Amino acid sequence: MTSHTNESEPLEAALNASLRDLHRDVLAESVPSSLHEAALRLEKVQLDAANSRRWVTMAASLVLSVGVGWFSHGFMLQYSNTGSLAKVSVEREFVRQASFAHDVYLPEKRHPVEVTAAEHEHLVQWLSKRLGKPLQIPKLNAQGFELVGGRLLPGETGARAQFMFQDAQGRRLTLYMGALEAASAHVDSQSAQFRFEPGGAVPSFYWVEGGFGYALSGLVDKATLMALASSVYSQIH
Amino acid sequence: MGRQSIVEHIPAMRRYARSLTGDVWAADDLVQDTLERACSRWRLWLAGTDLRAWLFTVMHNLFISDVRRLRRSPSHLAVDLEDVGHELQAPSHTADLHIDLQRCLLRLPADQRFVLLLVTLEDMSYAEVAKVMGVPIGTVMSRLSRARDRMRELMHQPNTVRADGEQTSHLTKATAQLRRLK
Repeated sequence: MTSHTNESEPLEAALNASLRDLHRDVLAESVPSSLHEAALRLEKVQLDAANSRRWVTMAASLVLSVGVGWFSHGFMLQYSNTGSLAKVSVEREFVRQASFAHDVYLPEKRHPVEVTAAEHEHLVQWLSKRLGKPLQIPKLNAQGFELVGGRLLPGETGARAQFMFQDAQGRRLTLYMGALEAASAHVDSQSAQFRFEPGGAVPSFYWVEGGFGYALSGLVDKATLMALASSVYSQIH
Repeated sequence: MGRQSIVEHIPAMRRYARSLTGDVWAADDLVQDTLERACSRWRLWLAGTDLRAWLFTVMHNLFISDVRRLRRSPSHLAVDLEDVGHELQAPSHTADLHIDLQRCLLRLPADQRFVLLLVTLEDMSYAEVAKVMGVPIGTVMSRLSRARDRMRELMHQPNTVRADGEQTSHLTKATAQLRRLK
């Protein structure tokens, strides 16, 4: 920059100053409402994108596994996994149990949960202790589902927590979680794969992250369940 | 990835667009179009990269396609009455300078104007401008240098600029009309 001719510098500075001065008053003007609204729309798009960015990769693997699973169910799931058949069977067993537990407690009128949402703090502490991991209960109020409470269940590979949610129409969702086998934990610490399990008692979305499995089950349409699962995922990871 | 405010970029984008087009309405239309386009092309923005630069890239592409579209209508040099109206209401030496400056700017080729304004108004580095315009840094530097030279020439030949008959009559008409309004 210093190699610039001295002669042109004052002229350049004068030109820069006058260009900056030219429409300076626009900076202080209030922004027209149409522009302001357009900017807010863009901010919203940006915010939504930021929220969904986290699980875009999961959605991609979901599309793969759902699409492929449609005609060759178990086979490609095993194939698309980096891990062993044993790991796949652990995960399938996990989601089967989640679906089964959902089915058992879904119709329960008087005792759907052991500890109700009223004792939220106790519920979290108790189940965190039993599952050996600090748990977070996601909030699904924005989607119309309130926390009913939770319970402790036995699972194939250890303790399981089941949280139940219910909306104004009485539809119930359960979020089932627990540690999978150490072998599986090791393989899965790398990445989460988001999968849909249409079979079983109720449909579920499930994923494993850091050796910990999660399944969200409920008799709602697939798109709704997927949106709910993505919300759960973004809140607890 | 935190949210970046779009709203706070608007005043600078409006000023930039106004200097670029020399027209209040065309400028705000350009900003509006930029925001709408950005909404539909949001996926093309790479998270974590400079949001402002991306908005200016979108604006640049829109403006260039507008320029290409308008190339057939040659007399697009006119200073809009709406643009200079507030200056004409209070005639002063500064207002004259501003009108001259804007007119000179509009006489620059669009690419040169873009570079000059990005560097001057937005304080962008050559590398940033190169990215926004999708050209090599060397091209940015030569366009900037040509833009400055040309501006100097134009600014020191006010008579040449004023000799534009259409401009003069336009401004005279504008002034007359404003007097009538008073």
